[in-house]
Amino acid sequence: MRTTVKSIIEKYNNDKTRLMDILIDVQKEFGFIPDEAVEVIAEGCGLSKVDVNQTLSFYHFFTKKPVGEYAVYLNNSAVAEMKGFASVAKAFEEEAGCAFGEVTEDGKIGLHETACIGMSDQEPAAIINNVVFTNLTPAKVKEIVGQMKAGKDVKEMISAKGDGKNANELINAEVFNNIRKKGEVIFSDYEIGTALKKLGTMNPEEVIDEVKASYVRGRGGAGFPTGLKWEFCRKSEGTRYVLCNADEGEPGTFKERVILTEVPKLLFEGMAVCGYAIGSKVGILYLRYEYKYLEAYLENVLAEMRASNLLGKNIQGIEGFDFDVRIQFGGGAYVCGEESALIESAEGKRGEPRNRPPFPVQKGYMDSPTVVNNVETLCSIVKIMNKGSEWFTMMGSRESAGTKLLSISGDCKYPGVYEIEWGLRVRDMLEMVGAEDVQAVQVGGPSGVMIGPKDFKRTICFEDLPTGGSIMIFNNERKLIEDVVTNFTDFFIEESCGSCVPCRAITVLLRQRLQKIIDGNGVMSDIDELKDWAEKLKVANRCGLGQTAGAPVLTTIENFRDKYEALVQKDIDFDSGFDLEASVQASCAFVDRTPNL
Amino acid sequence: MSKAIVATTSLAGCFGCHMSLLDIDERILKLIELVEFNKSPIDDIKTFTKQCDVGLIEGGCCNSENVHVLKEFRKNCKILISVGECAIMGGLPAMRNNIPVEECIQEAYLDGPTVGNNTDKILPNDDELPMILDKVYPCHEIVKIDYHLPGCPPRADLLWEALVALLTGNELKLPYEVVKFD
Repeated sequence: MRTTVKSIIEKYNNDKTRLMDILIDVQKEFGFIPDEAVEVIAEGCGLSKVDVNQTLSFYHFFTKKPVGEYAVYLNNSAVAEMKGFASVAKAFEEEAGCAFGEVTEDGKIGLHETACIGMSDQEPAAIINNVVFTNLTPAKVKEIVGQMKAGKDVKEMISAKGDGKNANELINAEVFNNIRKKGEVIFSDYEIGTALKKLGTMNPEEVIDEVKASYVRGRGGAGFPTGLKWEFCRKSEGTRYVLCNADEGEPGTFKERVILTEVPKLLFEGMAVCGYAIGSKVGILYLRYEYKYLEAYLENVLAEMRASNLLGKNIQGIEGFDFDVRIQFGGGAYVCGEESALIESAEGKRGEPRNRPPFPVQKGYMDSPTVVNNVETLCSIVKIMNKGSEWFTMMGSRESAGTKLLSISGDCKYPGVYEIEWGLRVRDMLEMVGAEDVQAVQVGGPSGVMIGPKDFKRTICFEDLPTGGSIMIFNNERKLIEDVVTNFTDFFIEESCGSCVPCRAITVLLRQRLQKIIDGNGVMSDIDELKDWAEKLKVANRCGLGQTAGAPVLTTIENFRDKYEALVQKDIDFDSGFDLEASVQASCAFVDRTPNL
Repeated sequence: MSKAIVATTSLAGCFGCHMSLLDIDERILKLIELVEFNKSPIDDIKTFTKQCDVGLIEGGCCNSENVHVLKEFRKNCKILISVGECAIMGGLPAMRNNIPVEECIQEAYLDGPTVGNNTDKILPNDDELPMILDKVYPCHEIVKIDYHLPGCPPRADLLWEALVALLTGNELKLPYEVVKFD
């Protein structure tokens, strides 16, 4: 084993900043990361064992125990639950003969739950040994487990090939693009390399001016003006880096998966334009581990681009314009979508957000000036270069220029990816996707807002309802508090990095209080206290995850207070929910005694 | 004005908070002028004989008897105060909360180094005994608690001032040193 691990480390030049890659390879090789491997890695990279362990313990897909020859990671997001998670999970347990969180005795099949895997429009979905299975049903599960027991290759187990490039032999996945509406920016026709050729006639400052004039803002959710970010970075001294954030972990988003499948060259060209503008030679695509099935395909795309001088040295004949991209995989952690956590992770460390300032444009990757841009943002740049900033500003709303990709899922006829102009009314959107009898819409994922019909006249744009792209629709049959708010809150508990106490502790307090209300032990003051606690999260945490972890509770109390009130007792003003009978049960059973209450 | 009536009890505590109350020294004479004690270890009244104004609770709840007593206090006292760390947060007894109660009993009666010769492996299960809770609960997780007095134990001055403030209707001053100890 030591030699295998050693050769993996050597592949990455014993570089401790490539610890993520090393751990990914070791995990893949052994199905877990044994203590002995940790020792070898620490020795080889000049780290302590604690350093290695703290990185590996941070990520969901790195484990110190075997995950099973076939490691099933079934998504437990709110949308998955709506689409039949429970029956699919039960089928897995019955067929495999072990519970979730366990591995079968022979070590063959391991069942694990995982957060949103970016397949919300085709749930329930699972990843088994990096192969994606979508639209699962108990019958389908039975077949899959049967094949696992027979020792079949996972790649041969998929029942259908997806649409578009999902059927490409390098992807070959049972994943569907479901592109329902193509817009003028991301999915419009264009000639690859046009933007890069144009750079020959422009100096970097002119490129930045053009981006600034387009008013394009970050598509990841925060909406920072991209041109300004580039300018700040260019003005900072040092080796500069372009990082593309493709961590899309916000439950309900999957648009970046579709971009990476259908138009990856658009993205890489955008990264190169950014490289030219800020004076960087190195680009890193930080890709969430859940999309590992795209690796071979994307590496091939990069090779093709190098071959046609769209990446590499003196790109498109522009003297001194060198730029290349490497792919950095994550290890399963939502918080790594936060830019400073993403940088930490790309450096091989725990994905804990940094204190800011300094901002990444001043001190980012390797403490050097770094632009971190979302996939969709960088794609938009290429079209802005091709067609001009004025063309771009003609689309969208007052403060939100251009188009936006929405990943729409939940209770609607046509879930999938829609490229819309900013400023679309929620009501029009619901009509577009064939959603009827709508009770609530979650705009911007769990960290966004949940709105009800009275807000359906509002518009999707930075100045009204901003979103990184996640839209989940709930019809009138859904139980918002019992099924959705609890699911979102569980998600934040699981994904909190634990660094800030309020984020680590208050999320759990919220969950307990929600359960108390759901169990029928709630009183009116519980609703106000929930609100109080959730509001404290906004001001007492370092990063966006912690600050928005109370959003599901807060926005539902604001917009659906009646649902909470319907669940609480109104005739009393205090109920602790303490259950004496339940709390003495364990000890009485152990000492062989009948409880006398 | 008639005297206020005070009741006190020690649940899963060490009686340290009660000792601290006695540490008000000669002020106890003044206290007697202000209040009348009902159910309390101080005067050894075992059951409530009348409705009380203030109940002071030391300790959290580790068994069914604690819960019954606490609920009695809630019924019989207008104002209930959690006194000290154990009542407020569970305190030292709550250190067992991370260990399954079965393991705790096993260690205490069968495996522990101080067990001696329990060769018949007897576990306490007489109906007369209180039943052990799955974990130790702070008082406010069982009944509504109106005030919390911090400390381990709360210093005598704090107890004195809190009682005086409550009985005279004046505001209680809680200086930094009273709530922060390190």
